[in-house]
This record gives sequence, C-alpha cells and structure tokens, in this order.
Amino acid sequence: MAEEKEKLTIVMFSGNLDHALAGFTLATTAASMGMAVSMFFTYWGLNIIKKNEGKIRSQGLMRKMLNFMNRGGSQRLKLSRFNMFGLGTWMMKKLMREINSPSLDELITMAQEMGVKLVPCTTTCSVMGLSEEDAFRENIASLAGAAFFLNEARESKITLFI
Amino acid sequence: MKADKTLDCVGLYCPMPIVKTSEKLRELKPGEVLEVIADDKGIKQDMPAWCRATGHEFLGMEEAGSEIKVYVKKTHP
Repeated sequence: MAEEKEKLTIVMFSGNLDHALAGFTLATTAASMGMAVSMFFTYWGLNIIKKNEGKIRSQGLMRKMLNFMNRGGSQRLKLSRFNMFGLGTWMMKKLMREINSPSLDELITMAQEMGVKLVPCTTTCSVMGLSEEDAFRENIASLAGAAFFLNEARESKITLFI
Repeated sequence: MKADKTLDCVGLYCPMPIVKTSEKLRELKPGEVLEVIADDKGIKQDMPAWCRATGHEFLGMEEAGSEIKVYVKKTHP
C-alpha cells in the first residue's frame, strides 16, 4: 500500500495581501515537500480566490452592495498595514518585483499546479451571495463546510489559521 | 562536489529555490546528485529542512562569495 501523504490544512480568514502571501508561500513549500495541502477560505479570505475580471453576480440589494464594496480578487488585495490609500501596497508590490519574488497571482497558480486544493466555505458564500460557478477563479474545489474542514484538520500534521 | 544536474536559483527568494528544487529533482534518477546555486542565505537552513521532510539526502554546501551551492542526492522516486 502506498504511504499516505502528510497533510497541511490552512484556514484563510483574512483577505489582506500580506496574509495571503504568507499562506500561499507555506502552501507551495509544503506541496514541494510532498504534503497534501488544503486551503479553506472563509469570510474575507474568500476575496483571495475571487475572479479578477468581470462582475460578480449576486441576488438582492445588500449582497450587491457588499460585493461592490468588497469586490476582492487576488490583484485587488491590500496590505493589512501601511496601505496608505493604495500607495503602500503599490510600493510593496514594486519591491517584490525588484527582487523577483513571485506575485500573489503567480503563487496561487503555482499552488494549483502543485495540487493544492482551494476550498471555499459554503456558509460564507451563501451569506455573501457568492456562487460556486460565477464568483471564483478557475479550478476551485467544491464548496464545503465546517465538518469538512475539521475532518481535514483532524487528519493533518499541521493546521494553520491565517 | 560533482553533480549530475545544476539548478540556478540566483536572484530567487523563498519559496522559489525550494519549489524549483522539488520540480527539478523529478528529472533526476535515484542516486543522482543535484547542485542548487542560490544567493538567498535562507537556503542554508531551508534545504536541510526540506531534505529531512522529503527523505532526500542533503550532501552539504559550499560558499563562494555571495553564492551558495548546495548538493542534494535523490534517494527515492
């Protein structure tokens, strides 16, 4: 019988650029170590895996307003500190490019190519009016809930909450 | 140290040298040695740790100026 892979499970709660970079850096590295990685996106963390282009369709005025003000998408995220109306985030991205550090978008694509599972939280998607087919980038895993996460965490060697 | 293949990671930072090492190692046969050249000092800690986690053998490193050469032997497919 093949040896079962060690697992890493990460809750991505925050939608800040810096938190997302930290999460995907660990996810890609763990995948390179041969671990099976699941990332579970909830609340503002869902913004990380929202599609970058096009409109996010949702039902009802409040949800439409929420998705307008909280548009998300990996290219729209801001730093948790020193955003300075976008100037700080712009500078950080520039500095990262200068040292050839991968962008968040590149890290996400890399993670997906390495088999990292990106799982949106079903309840937050319902609350915020995000549909599995419309709101996210490509190749996202099926929506799942707390039991799914807890079972993954139970079987994991490492569990992180970011 | 003699190596079968070389991977140039100069100018790359965490997590790229490690991610690229894991990709590159797929091209080698078990028993062959990969040389990774990097200038990010983190690799001195990261590569031995990555080898402990994956079971590949860390053979050592050589420093020449700002460049660090690390050697990894592929031990399993």
